[in-house]
Amino acid sequence: MTSLLIKNGRLIDPSQNIDAERDLWLAGGRVKAVDRPGAFSSGSAEKNIDAQGLWVLPGLIDMHVHLREPGHEYKETVASGLAAAAAGGFTAVLAMPNTSPPLDNAQEVAALLERGRAAASARVWPAAAMTRGRRGEDLTEYQDLKNAGAVAVTDDGSWVRNPKVLRRVLDYAAVCGLLPLCHAEDHDLAEGGAIHEGRVSTRLGLPGIPAQAEINAVTRDINMVELSGRPLHFCHISTRGAIEAIGSAKAKGLPVSCETAPHYLFLTHEDVGDYDPNAKMNPPLRGEADRDSLLAALADGTVDALATDHAPHSSLEKDVEFIDAAFGVIGLESALPLALELVRRRLISPSRLVELMSLNPARLLNIPGGSLAPGQPADLTLVDPNLAFTLRPEDSRSLSRNSPFWGRDFVGRAVKTLVGGREV
Amino acid sequence: MSDIVRTFPKDLIDLDQFSPEQLTHILDTAENFKEVSEREIKKVPTLRGKLVVIFFHENSTRTRLSFEVAAKRLSADTVALSASGSSLSKGESLLDTARNIEAMHPDALVIRHGASGTPGFLGRRLSFPVLNAGDGAHAHPTQALLDMLTLREVKGRLDGLRIAIIGDIAHSRVARSNMIGLSKMGARVAVAGPPSMMAVELAETYGVEVYNRPEPAIEGADGVMMLRIQLERQTGALFPGNREYALVYGLSRERLKLAKEDAVILHPGPVNQGVELSPELYEDRRSVILPQVTNGVAVRMALLYLLIERPGQAEAA
Repeated sequence: MTSLLIKNGRLIDPSQNIDAERDLWLAGGRVKAVDRPGAFSSGSAEKNIDAQGLWVLPGLIDMHVHLREPGHEYKETVASGLAAAAAGGFTAVLAMPNTSPPLDNAQEVAALLERGRAAASARVWPAAAMTRGRRGEDLTEYQDLKNAGAVAVTDDGSWVRNPKVLRRVLDYAAVCGLLPLCHAEDHDLAEGGAIHEGRVSTRLGLPGIPAQAEINAVTRDINMVELSGRPLHFCHISTRGAIEAIGSAKAKGLPVSCETAPHYLFLTHEDVGDYDPNAKMNPPLRGEADRDSLLAALADGTVDALATDHAPHSSLEKDVEFIDAAFGVIGLESALPLALELVRRRLISPSRLVELMSLNPARLLNIPGGSLAPGQPADLTLVDPNLAFTLRPEDSRSLSRNSPFWGRDFVGRAVKTLVGGREV
Repeated sequence: MSDIVRTFPKDLIDLDQFSPEQLTHILDTAENFKEVSEREIKKVPTLRGKLVVIFFHENSTRTRLSFEVAAKRLSADTVALSASGSSLSKGESLLDTARNIEAMHPDALVIRHGASGTPGFLGRRLSFPVLNAGDGAHAHPTQALLDMLTLREVKGRLDGLRIAIIGDIAHSRVARSNMIGLSKMGARVAVAGPPSMMAVELAETYGVEVYNRPEPAIEGADGVMMLRIQLERQTGALFPGNREYALVYGLSRERLKLAKEDAVILHPGPVNQGVELSPELYEDRRSVILPQVTNGVAVRMALLYLLIERPGQAEAA
């Protein structure tokens, strides 16, 4: 394996409390050493990368990605999704199990990992189905899934309605060392809804999804965490009420964590505008107060991770009557530029960005990475914080085009993504 | 005048696209066209050689008939399309429909669709005018205009009127377009209905008064518009039943006493007699339900003419 020297960059690695100029020596696919600029001679490595003016970050990890393979390869494949991830600065993604067939057995987990290896791009970590067929009834075989390579379980897209089932999920997932991820939505209350229930749903004559659909589910699930004492992670939190409930649970010492997605931080239901299907996702874009609470929670630590909920859909699902349009937007190539915008607006620090997009996902999922301490995988994201560009659909690596951010001007993006010391 | 027409949008999606002056111009034009329907030969050559496609993706009798009559009185050719029996998925059929209609080179498309937002979806993809004949719970601009024309005829004005709209506001495109149009013309709108039939933030969104009992809305009203209770649109029980609805919200002679003495009764039809409107009032002298239908043809003639011909635009260009 080749050795590589990354020189003169600004290393931002909260796992080591570093935000300073550092050189990194990578060899054998791992970080060998980190030291002051010039500490390693250029000749000591086979290859040198001059990172002058760049940020050197532990590789970004997106813990919420829909890769669509198997079943919907026209929307995204493992290879295209991982290519989009790498282009967006992600060195690893957590793949959601709502494929067709769903990822609810060891064979499917192994097949996903094999597709990931073949893609030779960003790493893929499998999240397996929490229950068989994602029906919220019988648990899948967690140890078998874990042995096959799964790191989390989730019925993302569906909430586990039955609290007794959730209790078993929490207890048994902890025994097997898998993180349970919860899609918190009271389906009875949300049923039929297209967008957030509020001024815009009223104006457009669309059935609404009240904020309480999320809050009800989060509140009940927190009660179940209290009963079980085991960890639970909440996916794509979108409301002030839910983030407040999670903040209170954390203050009580309950083992809950959560993520939100960039679109909830930048857009509101007003962005649905004139029935824009690229502003339709589940949970829906909420109100300004929700967005502001999420921004505050992102800064103060209540939000643990920023994850995209990358959900590719083709024009067949999106370019239709709004009520019939599929929920979801892609996000792998816009997430880091958006997060860098939050840094420029001084809402979060660069270190906090790394916590949200690398360190915390690695810790929550108990996977390698999230750090560039010696011995860690040589997974790095090199960011040019001053590179101005416009996000354009023709530049995207994803097979789908359902982004609400096309045409947006950004400053800052990933310029190199290294996985195991290899540029991808 | 030419400014008023030059800035007309390509499509008729909802009344929020128009200024009060433009709405007045539409109503004035409709008033002029009313005379055509009273002639012995009820036809003018205004749109001769023009093709109007009338595509109803949802059942309707009077709106469809009204648009066909309006187009024919203007000498336009009409083609009626209905979506029933299509085996394509909804999404494919809508885009396909748009492409197929475009390929026939019509001069206007009239669209009724159950999904909110569909007329705008088609309007953005088609080069000729699209006229919304009702989309989901979103908008029904020609209905609101015919209501406004009827009120203006009877009352002589819209500015300063107080209009009550009673019923299932949440699911009513008629209510939405009327809240927008009447408010723009200076009328004061009060809406009332059971909480389960009210959309959120109505007051903030439309600048209307909102009540859960009909009495405060009807009090002092110049016009009372009773909405059809559309049980076919409801998922789950929004109200205990028709009898209970009639008891609490139905318009009766007694309840109408709260309105001004010369108040008129409007209804977009078809009426559920004995539910939202007591049978005695359907025949009441204060009912303008049938004049509404007559005015519907005039309003649709005006809109077809204004959007297809765009009079006043040529000399302004």
